[in-house]
Amino acid sequence: MEKAYINLIYLVSSILFIIGLKLLSHPKTAVRGNFTGALGMFLAVVGVFFEYGTITQNDIIIIGAGLLVGTAIGTFIALKVEMTGMPQLVALLNGLGGLASFLVGGNSLMEILQPGHDTKQLADLQFTISTAATGIIGAVTLTGSLIAFGKLQGLISEKAVRYFGDQIVKVLFLIGALYLGYLNVIEPTKIEWYWYIVLVASILGVLLVIPIGGADMPVVIALLNSYSGLAASATGFVLGNNVLIISGSLVGASGILLTQIMCKAMNRSLPNVLFGGLGAATSSADTGDIYTGKTKATSAEEVAMLLDMAQRVVIVPGYGMAVAQAQHAVRELYNQLTDKGIEVEFAIHPVAGRMPGHMNVLLAEADIPYDKMKEMDEINPTFNTVDVVIINGANDVVNPLAKTDPGSPIAGMPILDVDKAKTIIVIKRSLSPGFAGVPNPLFIQENCLMYFQDGKKATQEIVTALKDT
Amino acid sequence: MEQFVSYLTIFLIAVFVGIEVINRIPPLLHTPLMSGSNAISGITVIGAILTLHTTNHWIIQVLGFLAIVAATINVIGGFVVTHRMLGMFKKKD
Repeated sequence: MEKAYINLIYLVSSILFIIGLKLLSHPKTAVRGNFTGALGMFLAVVGVFFEYGTITQNDIIIIGAGLLVGTAIGTFIALKVEMTGMPQLVALLNGLGGLASFLVGGNSLMEILQPGHDTKQLADLQFTISTAATGIIGAVTLTGSLIAFGKLQGLISEKAVRYFGDQIVKVLFLIGALYLGYLNVIEPTKIEWYWYIVLVASILGVLLVIPIGGADMPVVIALLNSYSGLAASATGFVLGNNVLIISGSLVGASGILLTQIMCKAMNRSLPNVLFGGLGAATSSADTGDIYTGKTKATSAEEVAMLLDMAQRVVIVPGYGMAVAQAQHAVRELYNQLTDKGIEVEFAIHPVAGRMPGHMNVLLAEADIPYDKMKEMDEINPTFNTVDVVIINGANDVVNPLAKTDPGSPIAGMPILDVDKAKTIIVIKRSLSPGFAGVPNPLFIQENCLMYFQDGKKATQEIVTALKDT
Repeated sequence: MEQFVSYLTIFLIAVFVGIEVINRIPPLLHTPLMSGSNAISGITVIGAILTLHTTNHWIIQVLGFLAIVAATINVIGGFVVTHRMLGMFKKKD
């Protein structure tokens, strides 16, 4: 087929990707949006076979086997993953995108170096520079994502791992990767340079993510999402293929945008997340003194009584709820309360959980209607009409210190104004500080009751107690 | 160089289109957006297939196979899991 027609196919699939993303902007059209995207991908794969031209039996076997194996593994993990494991899965998929990209970069270079091939392209700066870029971005994406996966899965410490001079080490590895990239450009016939780039960038990816703590994961996941798109885009520059450039940059843009939203929700800059020390250096100030004798513990029976008298209840889900897998218990509580004619809503902080929108997915999994999930800006002005607010495993996102203490690590972070509610119930296993390592004065507020229990157990106990009232 | 500038043009326009389109997505759907856009980044599978063209060196074939597998997991895993998630966001009666 003529090249122009093939490019036309690619153009249509690029447009399908854009329409697909657009349709993802509303729950009603989102399913169609996802299908539209998948159709775009299918069309692009059809296009590539036309571009391929004559295909040998050997190629058919390799490509077919690759597609089959990938489809089988992809389907398996996508169907098997728990909704609480979603951040890990997204991290892993990002990483695989990065892996594929740098392999494509290496292959493109090696292909030209084969005897009998046209080496003219090696003099082309566009080709050599974008190959080096593919190697760097792809490898950083792979290993960075694997570290993020390990942290989220609990395979390695979720804490920020810092050591003396870590910033300098990172910069040195970055300079090293860029220098090797330069060598790859001036001496493209030496394929070793490319694999050295991949090696050094792989270490850089580890170094970049390992010092970032669990609470900053929404930012990291969004950023890695962006990288995986940029890596795909870079392979488009290598191969001179528009559909790769366009789809890669769409993903890159989406990731960067989400990164920005997450940073704003924490009132932090991106460099601060990547290089700052939140959660690492902050000494876990002696929280005992602040709380001693001032917190009031409560029981399921007392909570049930309070709920029974309430007209409006707001539940604030946090990472603690996700860890305890309490979303189904929360749904039972929701059912029971709404059956009694009590208005129940969910207040969702943008960075609650481990990836953007994580809490919404968990609640949706438990069949909670999405119109009951309220964003921070929407629900904040209404907290003074709330009778009971139940905080299930959230801490920093409801800490009033963010507003009152300019010296606090979370100073300026927009929070859920739960302190305005009539009664506050905090479900938490202990008084341990949240990720930011600062005590929460909310806990000693006059109208705040502490329910020391696992998020799931506590909710179940409240449900049982409610049945008895 | 001329070629590079035209690719760069396409890249930047797509970035702006992406930002415009995605800007309107509510936080409710941020996770499906990530997994869905993630699936699209598996478009590298096109590149992986193309690098197998006109070569029969075994290293290239092995790496190409790995790249196809990795990118396909990215694509299929991303679209399937997004579909699963979106099913949960359907309006309940």
